[in-house]
Amino acid sequence: MKKTVICGLVAALCASAALPATAADGAKISDGVVRIGVLTDMSGVYAQVGGKGSVIAAQMAVDEVGGKVLGMPVEIVSADHQNKVDIATATARQWIDTQKVDMITELLNSGVGIAVQKLASEKKRITINTGAGSTALTNKECTPYGIHYAYDVFALAKGVAAEVIKDGGKDWTFITADYAFGQSLEANARAQIEKNGGTVKGSVKHPLNTADFSSYLLQAQATGAHVIALANAGGDFTNAVKQAKEFGVVGGGRSLVGLLIFITDIKALGLDAAQGLKFTEGYYWDYDAQTRKFGEAFMKRAGSMPTMSQAGVYSAVKNYLKAVEKAGTDDADAVRAVLGEMTINDEVIRNGKLRADGRLVHDMYLAQVKEPKASKGAWDLEQILRVIPGEQAYQPLAESTCTLVKK
Amino acid sequence: MEFKQVLQQAMLGLYNGAFYAILSLGLAVIFGLLNIINFAHGALYMLGAFVALIGLTLLGGWLGSPDLAIGYWASLIVAPVVVGLLGVVIERTMLRRLYQFDHLYGLLLTFGIALVIQGLFTQFFNTSGEPYPGIPPVLQGATDLGFMIFPKYRLWVVSVSLAVCLGTWFMIERTQLGAYLRAGTEKPDVVRAFGINVPLMITLTYAFGVGLAALAGVLAVGTVQPSPVMGAEMIIKVFAIVVIGGMGSIIGSVATGFLLGMVEGVTKVIYPEAADVVIFVLMAIVLLLRPAGLFGKE
Repeated sequence: MKKTVICGLVAALCASAALPATAADGAKISDGVVRIGVLTDMSGVYAQVGGKGSVIAAQMAVDEVGGKVLGMPVEIVSADHQNKVDIATATARQWIDTQKVDMITELLNSGVGIAVQKLASEKKRITINTGAGSTALTNKECTPYGIHYAYDVFALAKGVAAEVIKDGGKDWTFITADYAFGQSLEANARAQIEKNGGTVKGSVKHPLNTADFSSYLLQAQATGAHVIALANAGGDFTNAVKQAKEFGVVGGGRSLVGLLIFITDIKALGLDAAQGLKFTEGYYWDYDAQTRKFGEAFMKRAGSMPTMSQAGVYSAVKNYLKAVEKAGTDDADAVRAVLGEMTINDEVIRNGKLRADGRLVHDMYLAQVKEPKASKGAWDLEQILRVIPGEQAYQPLAESTCTLVKK
Repeated sequence: MEFKQVLQQAMLGLYNGAFYAILSLGLAVIFGLLNIINFAHGALYMLGAFVALIGLTLLGGWLGSPDLAIGYWASLIVAPVVVGLLGVVIERTMLRRLYQFDHLYGLLLTFGIALVIQGLFTQFFNTSGEPYPGIPPVLQGATDLGFMIFPKYRLWVVSVSLAVCLGTWFMIERTQLGAYLRAGTEKPDVVRAFGINVPLMITLTYAFGVGLAALAGVLAVGTVQPSPVMGAEMIIKVFAIVVIGGMGSIIGSVATGFLLGMVEGVTKVIYPEAADVVIFVLMAIVLLLRPAGLFGKE
């Protein structure tokens, strides 16, 4: 925290010193520098999903353009929001007011995402949220400058619910993390299950950061449902899967479904415990030559393969800079307009189109965790079963409750 | 609500209670004899789990020979010893300087130590942790208890915990060494006059207490991902249990550890949303009715 303040002061001093010299050619870039803020969880439960890796991903996108756009330098600033809304908004406000940050990305955690998106939009700044899941970001809470990248809970639930029901898993029960994200994930999954002709037999809620899931697993098992869906993430998810195996909850026609799984969770669990899980994924490094190119470059710098959120940060920064270049300015309205016209196809995002509600609609993947014997390397963890085209994966624009959508 | 279901949850709760009991026992021993509120206990519990994990998966590679890996059984001894040695260092270099001051200084220092240890491990292992692949086959699988299928590993942990708690109680309350320990905290000068090395005794007590935490950490790797934050989540509940049992009471910490594990388990079926707070509600009630705790001396 202190470091960012000091860096900010130094940067502000440098910027003001440099201003007279660059004022002429930098007229279209406010204060002569394009600053991008990576606001993420650096130390908490989701630090491995985003954190330092996301800062590296953002820097990779900046390095690709030689650190410059329209002849002006591009800078990355970063901070830890500690999953606390007050810290996140205070940081965002300071970034925008004193450090002239032009775009804020990552924003892992839905509560943080909604608050910062609102604040930034009031100050006419673009936010590109790659880390939070809640669909509220592009419905009730949508803003003209808020963009939701990478994935959301609607897409996560839809792909996997349809697939599992098709395979015969008709009755479901939930083990849900008892806070905004878990509830929203469960609600979205329920809607999809019912739409596909399945039924929900029960649901049990657990507090965030639970070490022992045995009780919840036995309660879920007692409902007699064939599919036990885990509407949680990170450490809660990994502990639940591990203990499901211990109690033999899975098998005999009963299966486990993870509604949000990051590649780092699979790595943490090990293939022995995670094998066979089906889930929806926004990016997988070993999908094709292009995804491998980014994945392997990231691996070299970060020491792990990117999660869909980290990969999203890379693509978001890259395309934001492209849009600044095309617009000839870093003015938020102009950049947002260009982003809306672009079709995004890069190492991470396929067939991406940005809608009026801020949702980036792009191809998602139905993935399955590999068996240990099918895995050829430390990060050879997933098999992509099929591609889910963006229009099928995401909530249709007509159903969006965003006030910016013309009806 | 069926009776059988309550029984099942109580049985699952007993398993969590086993951890509460070992951890609060360590805290009680340290508080009873050193008057230190050891906030580093959670971090040292985590360290125990990581000694087991590193011993199994990384140590062989570091030393250049996979045969040097430390398996699960050996970890049950090695982890408490390694963490106990770290305890000796902490006590000799830092805690020792604080005995003359208020409890609060010890609490703050150990809290700081916990943050440092946790931060270092987060740096290297990240917050999701790693799987522990070394549970011996003999402890895998489950056994039929009549009213439920119960994993063998959990039965093993409950029995180890009971044995360790009883052993510790016996040592402190019923042996000569225990008598020295208790006397050493009450009247160190008198005990020293008998030719007993009191500072050494205190160092070893601290090492023993944190060794217990490390043992709990090794036991935990069978069901929980070893992760740098595992101790931070556990320690707050364990402190509540120590308070309910009565600060420094050995029998109190063990009994309330097991009891509250079961209460928590049953709450998970009756009203799951309250499972996380039930211990704190009980703590508030006990503090109102018996400020010294259930087994504490007024």
